Amino acid sequence: MRVRVDEASCQGQQMCSIAAPEVFGSDELGHATVLIVGDLPVELHAKTRRAQANCPEDAIIIEE
Amino acid sequence: MTTLEENAGPVNDPTTDFNIFDPEFVRDPYPTMEEIRESQCPIAHSGRWGGSWFPTRYDDVVAIAQEHDIFTSRDIIVVPRSAAAAEGPYAGVAAPPITSDPPDHHWHRRLILPVFAPQAVAKYEQSTRDLCNQLIDKFIAKGEADAGTDYAQQIPVRVIATMLGVPTEMADEFTGWVRGVLEVGLTDPKVRLESRLKILKFFQAQLDDRKKNPRENDLITDLLNSGDKYPVTDQYVLGVCNLMLVAGIDTTWSAIGSSLWHLAQHPEHREQLRANPDLWPTAIEELLRAYSPVTMARIVDRDTEFQGCPMKAGDRILMSFPAANRDPRQFEQPDEVILDREHNRHVAFGSGIHRCAGSNLARLELRVSLQVWLERIPEFSLIDPAAVTWAGGQVHGPRVCRVRF
Ligand code: HEM
Ligand code: SF4
Repeated sequence: MRVRVDEASCQGQQMCSIAAPEVFGSDELGHATVLIVGDLPVELHAKTRRAQANCPEDAIIIEE
Repeated sequence: MTTLEENAGPVNDPTTDFNIFDPEFVRDPYPTMEEIRESQCPIAHSGRWGGSWFPTRYDDVVAIAQEHDIFTSRDIIVVPRSAAAAEGPYAGVAAPPITSDPPDHHWHRRLILPVFAPQAVAKYEQSTRDLCNQLIDKFIAKGEADAGTDYAQQIPVRVIATMLGVPTEMADEFTGWVRGVLEVGLTDPKVRLESRLKILKFFQAQLDDRKKNPRENDLITDLLNSGDKYPVTDQYVLGVCNLMLVAGIDTTWSAIGSSLWHLAQHPEHREQLRANPDLWPTAIEELLRAYSPVTMARIVDRDTEFQGCPMKAGDRILMSFPAANRDPRQFEQPDEVILDREHNRHVAFGSGIHRCAGSNLARLELRVSLQVWLERIPEFSLIDPAAVTWAGGQVHGPRVCRVRF
C-alpha cells in the first residue's frame, strides 16, 4: 500500500495526522505531507485507511 | 426584522418557521435539528431574522460549502447586517479570509496559514498550560467555580492577544467586544455596530503604532510588510486582526465550555481519559463533533435550485455544522459521545476552502485546558444543571456553568 495527498483538495484539516501520526505530517502551511516514502508497513494499513475515511476533503489517495 | 421582539413567538413547525434565537433552541438545538433533518424538508426555511435556509444533513452542508462559486461568503454572519453598518468609518473593512471569495481568498488565506501550522502553534502549549494553572489557582481552594466564566472564557482571549502582540491585560475588554459582535449583537444591531467599531478603532491604533515602531517577530508588523508578495492594504490587515479576535475567542471558549459541561456529567469519560492518555487527540475530535460550536452563513449568488429548494440570489443559508455532525447517515449513534470513535469525519471546522485556519490552535487550547483541569480537578459535577446558561445562533456553548469539586 502506498499513499499520497492531493494537494489541490487538502485544506489542512489534519484529521489524517490525528488518525495516523506515523504516516502524515504537515508542511509550513499546515497542509498534509506523507512521511513514508514507498510501501507502507502492514501494521500502518488500518490507520491509513482510517485517515482516508476521516479526511473531510477526500484528499487522501491510497494505491494498493 | 433584527430584534428579539420582532422575531419572538412560538415555533409551530421548525421546518417552515425555525428560530435560531428561540431560548429552547439556544439551550439544546439538537432535537430541533433532528426533527428538521428527518422531515420532508431537511433543508428548512424560515422567514424570521430576515429569512434563511437551514440545511441539516451532512452531505448537503458539505456540498454547499464546496460550491463556493454559487454559495458565497460575502456575509457569514447568521443575521443580516443593519443599514448603519454599511456606512461610516471602516465600512469597507471585512474579515479576510473568511469573508473573501476566490480569487482573492487564496492569498488572503495563504498569508496567514503559516502562523497556524501545527509546528507553529506548538510554541503556545507551555504558556497555555501555565495560564490554565494560574486560573485554577484562583478558585481551587473554594471547592466550586464557574467553569464558563472563571475558566473557559479566560483562555482563548489571552492566547489570541499573545499571538497578535496586543496587551493580554485587556482580555475583559476584548471579550466584551467579541460578545458584542457575535453574541449579544446578533439580536441588537446597535451593540453589534458599536462593538465592531471599538475593535477596528483599537486595531487601527495598533497598525499606526507598528508603522512607526516596527517590531520583531510580530504578526501585525509582518502582515504590514508582506506587500512585496501580495497587494496588502491596511484594510486587509485590519480585517485579519478583526477576524482573529472574533473567530478565535468565542468559538474556542464555547468548545472548552461544552467539553467541561459534558465531563462534569460523565465520570466514566473522565476515568477513560485518565486511564488512557493516548486517547486525547481522538477524544478532542469527538467533543468537537458532538458539541460543534460554530454555524456560518452563505449568501446565494444567483438563483439556483438545490435539492429541490428554490434559492434566490441574496438568500442566506445557515451552514449548520452542528447539525451535520449529528447526522446518523454519517455517524453511528450521533448523539452519543464516544471518546474513541474511530470513524469521525466531522466538519466542526467547516469544509472546503474556508475550512478553519485556526483549527490546530483551537485543538491545542482545547486539549491543554481539559488536561490541566482534569489533572487539578479530577472529580467535579454541575451544581445545578438547570442554571447553566447558553449562547447560540452563531456560536453555541455554555456561558455560566457552575461546578462543585
Ligand atoms: C473550536 C474552535 C473553533 C471552531 C469550531 C472554528 C470553526 C470554524 C469554521 C466552521 C470555519 C469555517 C467558516 C466558513 O465555512 O465560513 C472557520 C474559519 C476560520 N477560523 Fe475557526 N474555529 C475555531 C477556532 C479558531 C481559532 C482559535 C482561530 C484563530 C484565530 C480561528 C480562525 C479562523 C479563520 C482565520 C477562519 C477563516 C478561514 C478561511 O476563510 O479561509 N478559528 N472556523
Ligand atoms: S485530513 Fe485531508 S484535508 Fe486534512 S490535512 Fe489531511 S489530507 Fe489534508
